[in-house]
Amino acid sequence: MADKVVMDSDSINRTISRIVNQILERNNGAADVVIVGIRTRGVHIATRIANEIEKLEGIRPEMGTLDITLYRDDLRQKTEWPKVEKTEVPFDLDDKKVILVDDVIFTGRTTRAAIEAIMDFGRPSSIQVVTLIDRGHRELPIQPDYAGLKLNTLSSETVRVHLKETDGKDEVVVVKQ
Amino acid sequence: MAFERKHILGLEELTAEEITLVLDTAESMREVSDRDVKKVPALRGVTVCNLFFEPSTRTRSSFEIAEKRLSADVLNFTTIHSSVVKGETLLDTARNLEAMGASMIVIRHPMSGAPWLLARELNSSIINAGDGWHEHPSQGLLDLFTIRRFKGRIEGLKVAIVGDILHSRVARSDIWGFSKLGAEVRVVGPPTLIPKYIEDINAKGYYNLEDAIRDADVVIMLRIQRERQDSEFFPSLREYSRFYGLTRDKLKVAAPDVTVMHPGPINRGVELSSDIADGAEAVILEQVSNGIAVRMAMFYLVASARRNS
Repeated sequence: MADKVVMDSDSINRTISRIVNQILERNNGAADVVIVGIRTRGVHIATRIANEIEKLEGIRPEMGTLDITLYRDDLRQKTEWPKVEKTEVPFDLDDKKVILVDDVIFTGRTTRAAIEAIMDFGRPSSIQVVTLIDRGHRELPIQPDYAGLKLNTLSSETVRVHLKETDGKDEVVVVKQ
Repeated sequence: MAFERKHILGLEELTAEEITLVLDTAESMREVSDRDVKKVPALRGVTVCNLFFEPSTRTRSSFEIAEKRLSADVLNFTTIHSSVVKGETLLDTARNLEAMGASMIVIRHPMSGAPWLLARELNSSIINAGDGWHEHPSQGLLDLFTIRRFKGRIEGLKVAIVGDILHSRVARSDIWGFSKLGAEVRVVGPPTLIPKYIEDINAKGYYNLEDAIRDADVVIMLRIQRERQDSEFFPSLREYSRFYGLTRDKLKVAAPDVTVMHPGPINRGVELSSDIADGAEAVILEQVSNGIAVRMAMFYLVASARRNS
């Protein structure tokens, strides 16, 4: 069946701007705020958030990237284990406000794994979850603090976030199976 | 590419792609050791047994740290404390460990081929931590990993391995690994310690140290086993040291940015002079640190292949 475009380049930009403003409002600016992106596309959204914060506040928050493979809860079931990519959090997370960024939140299992990974880097004062798309169907009690777009989806559908950095253009599409 | 091997027994049987996948995975594992909490949950609930029939501090500790950083449960089995002294066979010992729930067994054994026997007879995954004079794959992989980090590549490098090639499992794993990834491998030592078949396994034999290390990008020094000084392989340790010991003066013929490695433990002043062992060319302690990441990668990949099969 046909793919449905639910966000284009302009709406993605506006949504990221709005999320950045919400982050700055809730945290009274960008002091002690660090941005951690979940590989792969969360990292690109995290970078855009950091750029925007730098524009508005004049300081660039520290940035980290997280590969959650070693924290997955399905390693005991999965037939094909993913390749482990690099995690880079080259700064102390103690007493920091960690903005954890992913492109899509679905079952909540990736977010859970990411939270566990972050805890191994220190004791942040808070972890706040950002996601461009919240597509529902949570299997764990985890909710985003900042969601770009809430979508009602079927479990059988796939949400694809395309970003200029990896896919050549900005676009979110829902693919029906 | 998915890793499809349930065991890692030697570098002879790994393809260049498989070796590269281990090195890439180790690159990602390295960061875990720099964290506050040096542990990830990937192998939670998996029991790994370290079965060592030869004394070893470095290799066994490195395997154990790698296992613990992946959250595996670790069982150490060394022969001095075990029922092997009561006459139990290797296979019976290993079957008992498997019956206790070990799903991966790391084995070091004085007999070449012992890990293959276990791999054939048991359901557990077997990782060879050194068998006789044959192979020491984790050392070979960590040598490759260390050089790739320092030089950015393996292909096209000139690598000289110096010392007792005949009895060295490190040499054999290094020869397979470096040649598969496209390096030129030379080996050098007294004629009695260079095996005759060396050209058949893609290495060039030399008897003169300077000839072998001329323009070399990498020099790997092997430990000369002191217990061999009374054997017929060379007249005396002093003579060996004079011809094959690496000194700053002899190293001048190597490439200007040469890297010197040693699997440890070092006999200072015998195969390696102290000014080189502690000098800027030596990466001996980096080898030790990198060994943990490489062994973590080996466990992760073998565990993933087990899940697959």
